[in-house]
Amino acid sequence: MTATTGVMTTATPPPVAPTGQHHGLAVVLFAVVVLVTLGITLWVGRQGNAAEDFYAGGRGFTPLQNGFALSGDYLSAASFLGVAGLIALYGYDGVLYSIGFLVAWLVVLMLVAELVRNAGRYTLADVLALRLRRRRVRAAAGGASVVVTLLYLVAQMVGAGSLVALLLGTDSAQARTWTIIAVGALMIVYVTIGGMRATTWIQIVKAFLLIAGSLLLTVLLVVRFHGDLFELMRRAAQHSGSGHRYLEPGLKYGASFTSRLDFFSLGLALVLGTAGLPHILSRFYTVPTARAARRSTMWAIGLVGGFYLMAIALGLGATALIGSAEVRHANAAGNTAVPLLALVLGGGNGSTGGVVLFALISAIAFATILAVVAGLTLASSAAFAHDIWAGAWRGGPRRRRGGEVGEKPSEQQEVVVARFAAAGIGAAAIVISLYAQQLNVAFLVGLAFAVAASANLPVLLYSLFWSRFTVRGAVWSVYGGLVPAIVLVLFSPVVSGSKMALFPGVDFHWFPLENPGIVSIPLGFLAGWIGTLTSPEPADADRFAELEVRALTGAGAA
Amino acid sequence: MPQQQTSSPGQGQRFDWWAAQAAATASESAAAPRRTAVPAQPGPARTADAQSAAAEPVAAPPAPPVPPAPPFAPSVAPAVPPVPTVAPAAVAPAAVAQEPTAQADTPDSTQVYRSVQASPAFQDIRRSYRTFVFPACGAFLGWYLLYVAAEAVAPGAMRSPVAGPLNVAWLLGLLQFASTFLLTWLYARNARTKRDRAALGLRWDTQDQLR
Repeated sequence: MTATTGVMTTATPPPVAPTGQHHGLAVVLFAVVVLVTLGITLWVGRQGNAAEDFYAGGRGFTPLQNGFALSGDYLSAASFLGVAGLIALYGYDGVLYSIGFLVAWLVVLMLVAELVRNAGRYTLADVLALRLRRRRVRAAAGGASVVVTLLYLVAQMVGAGSLVALLLGTDSAQARTWTIIAVGALMIVYVTIGGMRATTWIQIVKAFLLIAGSLLLTVLLVVRFHGDLFELMRRAAQHSGSGHRYLEPGLKYGASFTSRLDFFSLGLALVLGTAGLPHILSRFYTVPTARAARRSTMWAIGLVGGFYLMAIALGLGATALIGSAEVRHANAAGNTAVPLLALVLGGGNGSTGGVVLFALISAIAFATILAVVAGLTLASSAAFAHDIWAGAWRGGPRRRRGGEVGEKPSEQQEVVVARFAAAGIGAAAIVISLYAQQLNVAFLVGLAFAVAASANLPVLLYSLFWSRFTVRGAVWSVYGGLVPAIVLVLFSPVVSGSKMALFPGVDFHWFPLENPGIVSIPLGFLAGWIGTLTSPEPADADRFAELEVRALTGAGAA
Repeated sequence: MPQQQTSSPGQGQRFDWWAAQAAATASESAAAPRRTAVPAQPGPARTADAQSAAAEPVAAPPAPPVPPAPPFAPSVAPAVPPVPTVAPAAVAPAAVAQEPTAQADTPDSTQVYRSVQASPAFQDIRRSYRTFVFPACGAFLGWYLLYVAAEAVAPGAMRSPVAGPLNVAWLLGLLQFASTFLLTWLYARNARTKRDRAALGLRWDTQDQLR
C-alpha cells in the first residue's frame, strides 16, 4: 500500500523537503512499519481468544508497558506533527494548546483511573452498569462512546490521508484517498486479528519510537544551540516573521473576543474530555490492579509531559532553523515542521544524515497514525459489542452464572460480534473520512474531546461520587451532553456560513463558536442533576454501596 | 513487625499482590479487625463473580445474628443473618426493588457491601481519598482555567517580560507543566501512604465475607 502511494508522486514538493529518490527511503521504512506491526498482530493475536483477551489483553500488562501504551494512544500524529507545527507557526499560542492535553491527565489520574479499573470490566458503561442496571443506561453510554471514537477516528484518518501523502512527497487527491483506505484496512486487520493485546503492543512500540525520535531530535537541537534555550527562543522569534509577537499570546487565538472565547471552550473540552475518552479508559483494564492503573497513569503523565516539552522545543527549533514562512509553504497547517527540522538537523537536504533522519521521523509519524487508529477502532468495537449488542440489545452480559435472564450471548459470541463491529466501524470511518477530507483535523479532535467531556464525563463522575444519582439522571446526562454538542456544531461556522465550512454555499449558523464545549459540558452536568432530582424512583443505595466499596477497595475486581 | 511495607511495594513492576495480602492483613489487623484471617486465597479474587458465587456466609457468627442494622463497630464481623429478610431493613427500604438483571446479588452480598461501606475502615479510606482528591482537582482545574481565561481577558498582562525572551505567559505555561508533575507525585504519595494498604486489607476482608 505504501508502495502505491509512493509511486504516484510528482506533485510540487516543498522547497526544503527532499525530492524524488529521497522519499524512497521513507517508503521502505513505511513498509517496515507495516510489516513489523502486522508481525506483532499475527504473533500476539494467537495468544488467546477469550473476551478478556480481546477487550483487555488478558489484563497482564505491567504499569510501565501500559504507561507507554497510554501515551501511545494519546499522542496521535495530530500531537506529534500538529502541536509542533502549531508552535512553529504561532509560537506561544501553540504552547497554550498543548498544555490542556497534559493537564487533563490529572483528572484521569485522580478521579477516574483507579476507580474505573476496580469497578468495570471492559468499557466505560460497565462502571455505570454496576450501579444503574438498566439497558437504556448501557445503550446511552455505549452509543456516546461509539460517537466519540468515531469522531476521533475520522479526525485521525483525515489527518493520516494528508500527512502520509505529504511525507511521501505527493499531494494528489488520489494519494490521499488511497492512504485513507489503506490505513483503514490495516487498522481493521490489527483489531480483528490481534484484539487488545496486539493493539497494546503496537502502542508500546510506537510510543517508544515516538519518544526516542523526539528525544534524538531535541538533543541534536539543543546541541546545535549549545544548550542556550533563550537563544533558541530569540532566534525563533527572529525567523518567525512576527518578531516578539511570536512569543506572546494572541497570534492564533487572539483575533477577537469570540476567537478567544472559542479557545477557552476548547481548553475546557481538552482538560475534561480526556477522562471521557473510551479508548483511554479501556486501557486501564489491561493491568491487573487499580494500583497498577495508577502507576501506568503516572508513567503516561511523565511521558506525555516530557513529550510536549520536547514538542515545544522542536516547534521553536523548526522556526529558528527553517523559518515560519518556509514551514507554512511546505504545509499550511505546519504539519511537516518536525520532519523538515529532522532534515536540517541531520545535515540538510542532500546529506545522508538529513535524508535518513527525515525518513525515520516520517516513519515514526506513520506508525503513530496506525497505532492510534487501531486503538480507537478497538474501543468503539468494544462499546458496540459489549454495551450495545450484548448489554442493551441482548440483555446484560454481566453475572451470567447467577441466573438465566433470557438467553444472553456467550462471551465467545460477543467477541465475534466485536470483530465484525471493528470491521464495520472501520469501513464506516473510511467512508466518512473520504467525504470529510476538507475538515480541519484539529477541529475534529477538539470536537471529539468536547463530546467526550459533555456526554461521558458527567455520567461517569456522577455515578462514582454522587449517592443520589439515578437511572434517569444517567440517561439525561448522556443525551443532555451529547445532543447539544452535536446540535451546536451543526449550527456553528464549521458547518455553514464561512469559507472553510463544510457547506460553504449556505449559511444557517447561529452559534458563533467552533467548539461547543463551553455550553455543552455544563449542560451535560446540568441534565444529569435535573434528571436525578426529577427521577420518579429513588437512588438505589445498595448498588451505590457496592460500587463505592468495589471502586475504592478493589473487592471483586475483574 | 517484620513486614514494614510502609513505603509500599517498591518501585518494581512485579510486586506480588497475593503475598502482600498476608503482610497487609497482618499489619493492618489493628485498624481493620477481622475475625478470621483466612489470608491468601488468590483463586476467586480474580473472577469478577466472586460475589455471585451464591454467598455462603463464612462461618456462622457465634453471636446471635443481630438481624437488622449491621452495627458499624470495629467488631463488624458482618452479621450476615442466615435468614435475611427480603429487604435489608437497615437503610433505604425503597431501594432494592427492581433489578431485572441482577439475581446474582443475593441480599447477602448486598448486606456485605452495606456493612463494609458503613465500617470505619472504609470510611477512613474514603475520607483520605476525598479530602485529597476533591481540593486538589478544584485547585488544578481552577488554576488551569484561570490561566486559559487570562489569555482571553487580560492578554496585555500576559505579555509583560520576565527574563530574557520569557514573558508572564510562558512562565505560567511552564508552571502548568511543573504543577502537573508535582500534583501527580503528591497524589501518588498520598495514595501510597494513606490508602493503599488499608484498601487492600479491606478488599480481602470483603471478598472473604462474600465467599
